[in-house]
Amino acid sequence: MALDTSNKREFKVVGTRVQRPDGIDKVTGKAMYGADVTAPGMLIGRILRSPHAHARIVSLDTSAAEALKGVKAVVTTADLSTPEDDYFADIRDNCLAREKVLYDGHAVAAVAATNKHVAKEALKLIKVEYEILSHVTDVDEAMKADAPIVQEGRADESVHEGWSQNVTSHFEFGHGDLEAGFAKADKIVERTFKTAATHQGYIEPHACLASLGTDGRGELWCCTQGQFLVRTKCAEILGIEASQLRVTASEIGGGFGGKTTVFIEPVALALSRKAGRPVKLVMSREEVFRASGPTVSSSIDVKIGMTKDGRITAGQAKLRYQGGAFPNGTVEFGSQAAFAAYDLEAVQTLGWNVMTNRPKEISYRAPGAPMAIYAVESVVDELCQELSLDPLETRLKNAARKGTLSSYGPTFNDIGLVATLEAAKTHPHYSAPLGKNQGRGLSCGFWFNFGGNTCVSLNLNSDGTVGVVEGNPDIGGSRASISMMAAEELGIPYEKVRTVITDTNSLGYNDVTDGSRVTFAVGLATIEAARAAIKIMCSRVAKIWGIDEEAVVWEDGCAKPSGPNAGEFPPMTIAEIAAIADNTGGPIAGHHEVNADGAGVSFGVHIVDTEVDPETGATKILRYTVFQDAGKAVHPDYVEGQMQGGAVQGIGWALNEEYIYGEDGRLQNPGFLDYRIPVASDLPPIDTVILEIPNPGHPYGVRGVGETSIVPPLAAISNAVSRATGVRMTELPMSPPKLLKAMSER
Amino acid sequence: MKNFHVSTTINGDDAEFICTPDETLLDVLRNRLGLTGAKEGCGTGDCGACSVTLNGRLVCSCLVLGAEAEGAEIETIEGMADGDDLHPLQRVFIDKAALQCGVCTPGILVAARSLLEKNPEPTDEEIRYWLAGNLCRCTGYDKIIKAVQIAAAEMRSV
Repeated sequence: MALDTSNKREFKVVGTRVQRPDGIDKVTGKAMYGADVTAPGMLIGRILRSPHAHARIVSLDTSAAEALKGVKAVVTTADLSTPEDDYFADIRDNCLAREKVLYDGHAVAAVAATNKHVAKEALKLIKVEYEILSHVTDVDEAMKADAPIVQEGRADESVHEGWSQNVTSHFEFGHGDLEAGFAKADKIVERTFKTAATHQGYIEPHACLASLGTDGRGELWCCTQGQFLVRTKCAEILGIEASQLRVTASEIGGGFGGKTTVFIEPVALALSRKAGRPVKLVMSREEVFRASGPTVSSSIDVKIGMTKDGRITAGQAKLRYQGGAFPNGTVEFGSQAAFAAYDLEAVQTLGWNVMTNRPKEISYRAPGAPMAIYAVESVVDELCQELSLDPLETRLKNAARKGTLSSYGPTFNDIGLVATLEAAKTHPHYSAPLGKNQGRGLSCGFWFNFGGNTCVSLNLNSDGTVGVVEGNPDIGGSRASISMMAAEELGIPYEKVRTVITDTNSLGYNDVTDGSRVTFAVGLATIEAARAAIKIMCSRVAKIWGIDEEAVVWEDGCAKPSGPNAGEFPPMTIAEIAAIADNTGGPIAGHHEVNADGAGVSFGVHIVDTEVDPETGATKILRYTVFQDAGKAVHPDYVEGQMQGGAVQGIGWALNEEYIYGEDGRLQNPGFLDYRIPVASDLPPIDTVILEIPNPGHPYGVRGVGETSIVPPLAAISNAVSRATGVRMTELPMSPPKLLKAMSER
Repeated sequence: MKNFHVSTTINGDDAEFICTPDETLLDVLRNRLGLTGAKEGCGTGDCGACSVTLNGRLVCSCLVLGAEAEGAEIETIEGMADGDDLHPLQRVFIDKAALQCGVCTPGILVAARSLLEKNPEPTDEEIRYWLAGNLCRCTGYDKIIKAVQIAAAEMRSV
């Protein structure tokens, strides 16, 4: 579906800052999240987790727990089905371990009891005999030939002979003659970087309420980014039919990619099936850290050559990502994204996905891109320092633009990178004075964005108001933006539209809320659904007027004759048409189903000023500005919110956040006290500049905006720290002890 | 384990409940009294999503025992609006998009109201330090700080 360029559109609703429809519920405590519901006869579920990083389950005896008064069900992997597909089998084995436990916190068994005290007691009565195996948690260690093997036989055909069995897949992207490119360079910098695994850090732990009968009919309420995906996975893991499991998404207390799979839902369903009663299962924060899906940790080599005047001649990156105890694909995204911001004659990226004894990784906002672009943008910055070049001018000189053959294959269409860099260059932040121990850094960021499977129904009510039914959990205000696009297309006020997110039985399949896809793809489907409804309304009016359908046009919420030749009729409003729908053919609705492409890539540039305390090595963020191309900002407040929120998650990644494993392979900081996400007092205001370079793939020009903003902060802050201290850090997070040590060795 | 019978006041109304000795005030509010506006984000007092006031003092209800509510006055998010009349903080949070997922919002609103009762004209820095115990992962705090300032100014002008 292409950008509507027939006439330059003047938006009436899109681009305004309306109130979100779920606002009152959320400021009064009425909104219902995952853990906020109960059911008659409800039991409380709890999960027993492995204390070992890697061990064989020699025996598992649940009889004493089952005998405890108040215990209504105990389940193990034996209570789950056997999916044929490895993808589903891995998710099943992550939900409840089979044969081996693969990481500290891996679920082994679960109980459902009349209350949480009994459930807790029951867990203590489950006897597990473990044979402890050697473990590995570091990506570089896991790739060594003699490393402990996490799972055998999981490598795909891309893996070369002789590599560690922990390497599960390998990717290669690029074009041009690298050797010739490096030969043309006046300066080559080659560095190795490491980034820690971080967690999405959503404030709401995973929670669900499950009810499944022995007839295979079930109801599941849960906090998720995608109820349809939950249904698919649970049906496979439980061995039931999708049609029989209705999944309803609760309000969701943050996800950032972390709620795009299942951890506890199949377990709760299995408990419910066995107990014959509803089961509520809620993770503790410790469980969230130990046993949900953090992002990958990485080890990356980057080599870039540059001429004296700042033209990049060649770039190469080798990326090694560990994604926990199961095969994952994240390095593919990192390999594709690493050099996306540059127009290069010679570029190559190589990626290795690696298993370790850590929790199974799941997406985290622009999965795989932040660490790859951090490494590249750090080396570009170092070259600018070495060659005394302005880092912004240098990026402009090498920037990808329309027509550039991207480093990962496609040729770019209309993209906003140059406009974003130009906006940064002329912004007062870039030329503001700096004080002692202060430095300014910048970085480009990129994300592909996604479209995907989407269904929308739009129903005209008899009073002329409109109900939109969609299937993507609203994670940051999307119900408002979907209502806005429906109102815009229909030519009616925003307040006349109500958008609801429905369950899996009430609409066709929708992909999860991910890939920054909702405002783009659901918006696109909503506009098409509105157009379908308009077509019906025009045909009804044509009948009333006794003229051809083509002679009726839709303008400002009314059907009108297309011109003087069509005849003279007073416009009919949507409310008038709705009121007599009974007599003109029945109810009026529009719907649209699509596997949307044309999402349109997104670029951003961040500028940050930091001050490093020479006594402690602590880095303070003094000023922060985000520049990002939104294509068209449907609701600017929530676009800014995405830009700010992503930037702050990136700040946490750069400075504080990390999964810390002990020698014993156990996670040492599974709580918000020791895994420290940014708090209000750590931060300055986050200023935002929205650029609007229309996406040719959307009727209003919309691009996804949710993910790009987490990409630039890592390098921007590292580059600022380098300029503040003269020290080039190559490991994240740049925690005060690490930075202090580097400064003392300077 | 002998249970406690507790008499207390919640949002100005009398309330009674039975709880076990190790049951937190948060569990009592959510599981016994149906007041699910306070959220459990961590259970260890690190995230502030369960913020309520106990005799006027801002507390994490996950760190208070239900039994400690005996004879106390508790205010939760459910008591912040006066019927259909939203508190200025609530209204401005919606107007200025100071929430995204909204799960931290009840705790942040309760904490912000507590600040403005003590300090009607805070600086940005004072707001940031006061709210440092309330984690928000969506917004980066920018719009929250601005919303608190706008609500504070509005409340001062009344």
